Amino acid sequence: MLTRRIIPCLDVKAGRVVKGVKFLNHRDAGDPVELAAAYNAAGADELVFYDITASSDERAIMVEVVERTAAEVFIPLTVGGGLRSVEDMYRMLRAGADKVSLNTAAVYNPQLIAEGARRFGSQCIVLSVDARRVNVPGEPPRWEVFTHTGANPRPTGLDAIEWIKRGIELGAGEICINSMDADGARTGYDLELLQAVTAVASVPVIASGGVGSPHDMYRGIVEGGADAVLAASIFHFGDYSIADVKQYLAERGVPVRQISAR
Amino acid sequence: MIAVINYGAGNLPNVVRALQRVGAPLVVTDDPNVIRSAQAVVLPGVGATADTMASLRHLGIAEVLPAIIAAGTPFLGICVGMQVLLSESEEFGLHSCLNIIQGTVRRLPESAGKIPQIGWNQIHITPPFRDHPLFDGIPNGADVYFVHSYYCAVADESVVAARTDYGLAFPSVIIRNRLAAVQFHPEKSGDYGLRLLANFVRWSGASDSVGAS
Repeated sequence: MLTRRIIPCLDVKAGRVVKGVKFLNHRDAGDPVELAAAYNAAGADELVFYDITASSDERAIMVEVVERTAAEVFIPLTVGGGLRSVEDMYRMLRAGADKVSLNTAAVYNPQLIAEGARRFGSQCIVLSVDARRVNVPGEPPRWEVFTHTGANPRPTGLDAIEWIKRGIELGAGEICINSMDADGARTGYDLELLQAVTAVASVPVIASGGVGSPHDMYRGIVEGGADAVLAASIFHFGDYSIADVKQYLAERGVPVRQISAR
Repeated sequence: MIAVINYGAGNLPNVVRALQRVGAPLVVTDDPNVIRSAQAVVLPGVGATADTMASLRHLGIAEVLPAIIAAGTPFLGICVGMQVLLSESEEFGLHSCLNIIQGTVRRLPESAGKIPQIGWNQIHITPPFRDHPLFDGIPNGADVYFVHSYYCAVADESVVAARTDYGLAFPSVIIRNRLAAVQFHPEKSGDYGLRLLANFVRWSGASDSVGAS
């Protein structure tokens, strides 16, 4: 049976993991390669590096980080952040990434999804969508796509569900949906958003934003319909290990990958 | 020396990295003569069977592979590198493949769920192959990483070394004599994937002392 994936996400800036990772008392809590190896050993099913580097000079560092990681860690690796062209995608894939994640650049140039899918295959292209809830009294909830999330998020006027449908038509092989309302709150995924996405997505959906506990991941999978769950802080701060999450899910009948004996 | 065939497959660099990790002596090549004289051959693959066949024909490799496999050269096909071994493929219109293993490459059934299958699923090793050296240290039911929309519907069940369930129990590993092929990506399947690659290297005799990760 296909298992549900547990995916830690690391924010990387100029070759260093930001915010730090506090689990396992690692010697270098800021080295993405060492942390990727530690998460691999801990049973992560996949890894995401999100490059929050601002300058293009420093982006070359990310290529080197991906190369070093790919030589050490033999599970799927997705790289996102700042990828604006097919060349940018190629550089990361050649360095050893298995998938690239497109966000802001795809909103401004949707053909980037189609070009990437045509050249590298849909399985390489993850469309990452940051969405914020729009509540109008008396109407069902909807969600608007934002770009440049971080310090200065910009509204796009795009409806998240329509944008995701379009992205899949263009060739996105996976969707990562991040709730900006839930992000950082640690009160669980926005399940209504997740349900709305999984109802229309013919490709796997990765839930992101808001996880505070294994139970939140369970709900994202069972109630939200997510194929994979992504989390950052609950793993990085050592609140829960990957094994804790997998055990919690397995005990409740969610198929998870068994961690190999080393 | 193991020849890893370079015909433009997207996963070539990661297959090479994983083989290097397990200490395999290897050469990356698109030269039919190098492939012909190699001790063992690995054919990686991601993408479509038709494109892969076109590349292999263009490079003059398509006619070499049946010959070296018939001659008993140890061979490992990965993902599309497995699928092209079959007689034909239904992907983007029926077309012929290498016809080394009788059968047809078919699309996973819609009843399976989302297509492509992306993620970790189990290999159920068939009883005749439970003690095969390729599976040394890999338990029956081990999780490995798949990314595919098509599967190998083989005519001869006796080559099926493992099956995986996704809408149907499709062959995820086939072994015939010195030929092995896997539908999943050992280069992305963590410790068990590296173990399988190390097992292949040892089984092929291309290296005398190769350890797992």
